[in-house]
Amino acid sequence: MEIITFIAKKLLWLIPTFFGITVISFTVMHLAPGEPMALQANFNPKMTPEMRERLRRAYGLDKPLYVQYARWLKGLVTFDLGRSFSPDRRPVWDKIKERLPVTLLINCLSMLLIIVVSVPLGVAAAVRHNSPFDHITTVLVYLGYAAPSFWLALLAMILFGIKLEWLPISGLHSLMGYSAMSTMEKVMDWARHLVLPVTVSAVGGLAGLSRYMKSSMLEVLRQDYILTARAKGLPENRVIYRHALRNALLPLITILGLSVPGLIGGSVIFESLFAIPGVGQLMWSSVMARDYPVLMGNLVIVAVLTLLGNLLADIGYALADPRVRKGIEGEQ
Amino acid sequence: MKGLLTSALIALIFLLPALNEQCVLAGTGPDYGDTIIVGSIGDASILIPMLATDATSHEIAGLIFNGLVKYDGDLNLVGDLAKGWEISEDGLVITFHLRRGVKWEDGVEFTSADCLFGFNLITDPKTPTAYAGDFKEVEKAEAPDPYTFRVRYKEPFAPALSSWGNLVVLPKHILEGKDITKTDFGRHPVGLGPYRLKEWKTQERIVLEFNPTYFEGRPYLDRYVMRIIPDPATMFLELKSGGLDWMGLNPIQYKRQTNTRFFRENFKKYRYLSFSYTYLGYNLRDPLFKDRRVRQAISYAIDKEEIVRGVLLGLGVPATGPYKPDAWYYNPNVRRYPYDPERARALLKEAGWADHDGDGWLDKAGRRFTFTVITNQGNALRDRTAQIIQWRLKQVGIEMKIRTIEWTAFINDFIDKRRFQAVILGWTLGQDPDIYDIWHSSKTGPKELNFIGYKNPEVDRLLIEGRHTFDREKRKRIYWRIQEILAEDQPYTFLYVPMSLPIIHKRFRGIEPAPAGISYNFIRWWVPKNEQKYIMP
Amino acid sequence: MKLLKELMKNPMSCTGLLFVVALALIAIFAKELSPYDPQAIDTYHILEAPSQSHLLGTDALGRDVLSRLIYGTRISLLVGIVAVGIATAIGTVLGAIAGFYGGVVDMVIMRLVDVMLCFPTIFLIMAVIAFLEPSIWNIMAVIGLTSWMGVARLVRAEFLSLRSRDFVLAARVIGASDWRILFGHILPNAIAPVIVAATLGVGSAILTESALSFLGIGVQPPTPSWGNMLTAGKDNIEIAWWLSVFPGLAILITVLAYNLLGEGLREVLDPRTKRS
Repeated sequence: MEIITFIAKKLLWLIPTFFGITVISFTVMHLAPGEPMALQANFNPKMTPEMRERLRRAYGLDKPLYVQYARWLKGLVTFDLGRSFSPDRRPVWDKIKERLPVTLLINCLSMLLIIVVSVPLGVAAAVRHNSPFDHITTVLVYLGYAAPSFWLALLAMILFGIKLEWLPISGLHSLMGYSAMSTMEKVMDWARHLVLPVTVSAVGGLAGLSRYMKSSMLEVLRQDYILTARAKGLPENRVIYRHALRNALLPLITILGLSVPGLIGGSVIFESLFAIPGVGQLMWSSVMARDYPVLMGNLVIVAVLTLLGNLLADIGYALADPRVRKGIEGEQ
Repeated sequence: MKGLLTSALIALIFLLPALNEQCVLAGTGPDYGDTIIVGSIGDASILIPMLATDATSHEIAGLIFNGLVKYDGDLNLVGDLAKGWEISEDGLVITFHLRRGVKWEDGVEFTSADCLFGFNLITDPKTPTAYAGDFKEVEKAEAPDPYTFRVRYKEPFAPALSSWGNLVVLPKHILEGKDITKTDFGRHPVGLGPYRLKEWKTQERIVLEFNPTYFEGRPYLDRYVMRIIPDPATMFLELKSGGLDWMGLNPIQYKRQTNTRFFRENFKKYRYLSFSYTYLGYNLRDPLFKDRRVRQAISYAIDKEEIVRGVLLGLGVPATGPYKPDAWYYNPNVRRYPYDPERARALLKEAGWADHDGDGWLDKAGRRFTFTVITNQGNALRDRTAQIIQWRLKQVGIEMKIRTIEWTAFINDFIDKRRFQAVILGWTLGQDPDIYDIWHSSKTGPKELNFIGYKNPEVDRLLIEGRHTFDREKRKRIYWRIQEILAEDQPYTFLYVPMSLPIIHKRFRGIEPAPAGISYNFIRWWVPKNEQKYIMP
Repeated sequence: MKLLKELMKNPMSCTGLLFVVALALIAIFAKELSPYDPQAIDTYHILEAPSQSHLLGTDALGRDVLSRLIYGTRISLLVGIVAVGIATAIGTVLGAIAGFYGGVVDMVIMRLVDVMLCFPTIFLIMAVIAFLEPSIWNIMAVIGLTSWMGVARLVRAEFLSLRSRDFVLAARVIGASDWRILFGHILPNAIAPVIVAATLGVGSAILTESALSFLGIGVQPPTPSWGNMLTAGKDNIEIAWWLSVFPGLAILITVLAYNLLGEGLREVLDPRTKRS
């Protein structure tokens, strides 16, 4: 029962946070210099001032900021994110909808890869603390972290795409003959294309998580109840995997909840390098072109995803550690 | 070939398909089929020419829509959807005679009503287009019969004819009564050009398929696929791995990275002067640059040859004025500014600038000669140009700071508001010599394009005269004089005209480089059957 | 001194420390160490491979890569250290206050953290850089101002669990003031994760700068930073490998060194990880 009230309270808190985010984004965005404009390498000599004023009016930019915000908010209530300022004037949700799945797919896969590799790595390093294994894996994961991601990606492209010709360089699937493939072949084709982006984006995340894992494991292993368990003569494996790991996984939950915006931010780089049509690229180009509705739409999506992630983290924490729940309840 | 083009322009369009058909019969000529895969940094935004502002959209829309007139390989205006036209004695009325039997993709015939519809749309204040300027000179447009389209101008307007390209031809039967900003026509266009849109996956690829009923005869290549690859390094790797057939190279890739056996065997490189130039412009409102001698001195202090060598690797030419050297109105005899630091110092001294305090920098009345040049972010060539100029000016004692600003802020907050001392930027050149918007003193207002604030009464007079003159020789004399004055005044230091450097897979035949570049005859490119790579079922 | 000795005992933290010191020396004596003027352009010798006259080759404007790399050390380290200093200071203070006082204070601060965390950093940096010009000082400030939330959460969590420990209760009982308990009693016990986070942070800030450079909004040329050198070199990575390999390695080594040092510091500083 108390867990339900806890979740309900958390949910209520999301609402002011969410509006805080939209107000701040809207203001920052409109205060930033520049105005909606297609990106061009050169000036277009035929673009007269009247035309640009005309465009401004068409976008409603001649209205005061609060009017624009109210209008945007009104749309949001009915799940209408407005239309893009770019010349195609497409509904924002259409633009996001067609790109979100790819970005989520890649981020989820790479997150999964990170967890699968770094949790066992962290545990093993903690158990064999200060052994050569610990040292070597430490250096290795940090090497992965320390290499600038776009540099690593390029080197991987050259090695696996050009020199070895094992993997395709960019894109989501083959261009030619794709439609003639069987479902199985299509999955394989996607998989081949996704290996590089997923792996390269995971490499940078290994260090963070495996280090957190190791240190929280070390801490847990030193707790009284573990000592007690050991003293009781329980098998070492059982001590580690039943008792210690469960508690050591706690900080992991928070880290995962926090990593959503970072991952989407990082998607900008991977998506442009590997030519993947995802949300990161959309967001970046909307910042550059000052396409306010698209940018706001993206921020809302990212904010919702992040808030959800945080909520899940909080719930997870509360479920796993009754002390936290009590503590928070006690305060309110 | 060139003689043919200039003497019998309109005949050409009928002639070529006929020739080709004969070749096919003889069994030696072009084959149909295959696909070309083109790499592009950015996606198209909308496939309605009058609403699109980016190059990619125009490139794709150009294959889907035709105009009344177009430029041929030698940059002559020829008929496209218009098979001919007449200009009245006074130059005020143009009458287009339209081709008969041209069909939109849905089978409806193209008529003058479509032209009138497009014209009304582009001049409608509610249409958010960037190209209405030229059409505002039109007093009246009418469609007396389905195959005649007539426009009357308020005053004689020399660039008039060239403005009737593919901006204004849209299918009335589909778009009439609809809000053009809200239809999905821009994502699913219905055209009448050589290709039709088959598939458009945002930020991924655009697939075009040949139009079997195209009025100039069906194009040889079955498909045109544009792949969007935002990172230039990835794009080059993709070319190398065989995923692309056509991309634009940068000078380093052209000179140094494509000389391997692999490239010699599989690709062919082309180069021609691009339709743009890069300049260093001075804000003439700034007291620093009011003195012409100072501007001339800076021009002498910059080694343009060095920039062409260092930045373009020789793939370009120094600019001497606002036109590219192979244009018919280009004046080769204007004053030039070869690299001459001594002369620069002398001119500066004349203007009162010298190193009085011995700190290595010039000063005048106790103030050091220092200024900031701004340029837009993300253009590696301009970045490097700025750094070379900075280095050269340092040697005559001028301190130049570089600030790169992201594009939208650059235009809105610096150029539009005149908050700059000097700027490195480029202009895209049209085919017509009219440069009224950039140099006329009436165009110095906020957001207008004469943002450096250049005012010269003689140039003003000549610019207007040039717009109202149709005779080519007379126009040439007018624009020659303008170039002389600009060279003397140096409101810009004209830096260079870069080259376009496309690389195309060797299996494509029929590519004939001309002054207009290579893509003017794209529909005549073909691949021999035994070399075709992408066989369509 | 004792700290130093302990650090030197562990081969990893020892290596890390040595590199960190060496890099600092390079940054300080950049002028003396550089064989050429890092800005000197020579268009007759562009993109030359490493040779006797140019040990690490030349770049697209014929400038000496080694000299630019040495000057770049100065810029990149400065960006890393200052940004982390800002982030750590903000994060520690806010996190400590939130964790210690709890209640409304905690709620307000954590709401702020939540809001900040919901923005993708790149967007925030972008907006601020658009306001201000992308000078290195602004970049440092922006990276710092957008990366303190992690530290704040860490510190808060630490305080949350420490504030009910016996030693805090004991301090309360003997009547120590809040500030004394906060910074005198709890902080020393919570400092280990902060230091680890800060050392990791230096590397992370250097990486952020290189990511910003990739997007074109990092430290602007002609000022050399490893990030913008790497970005400038990436388009020609195949023919001019020296343009991307050396700055890439420089970043790699530096980030690695700071992280190893951080690990070592954790071992030495954290009373709980000590083996005894």
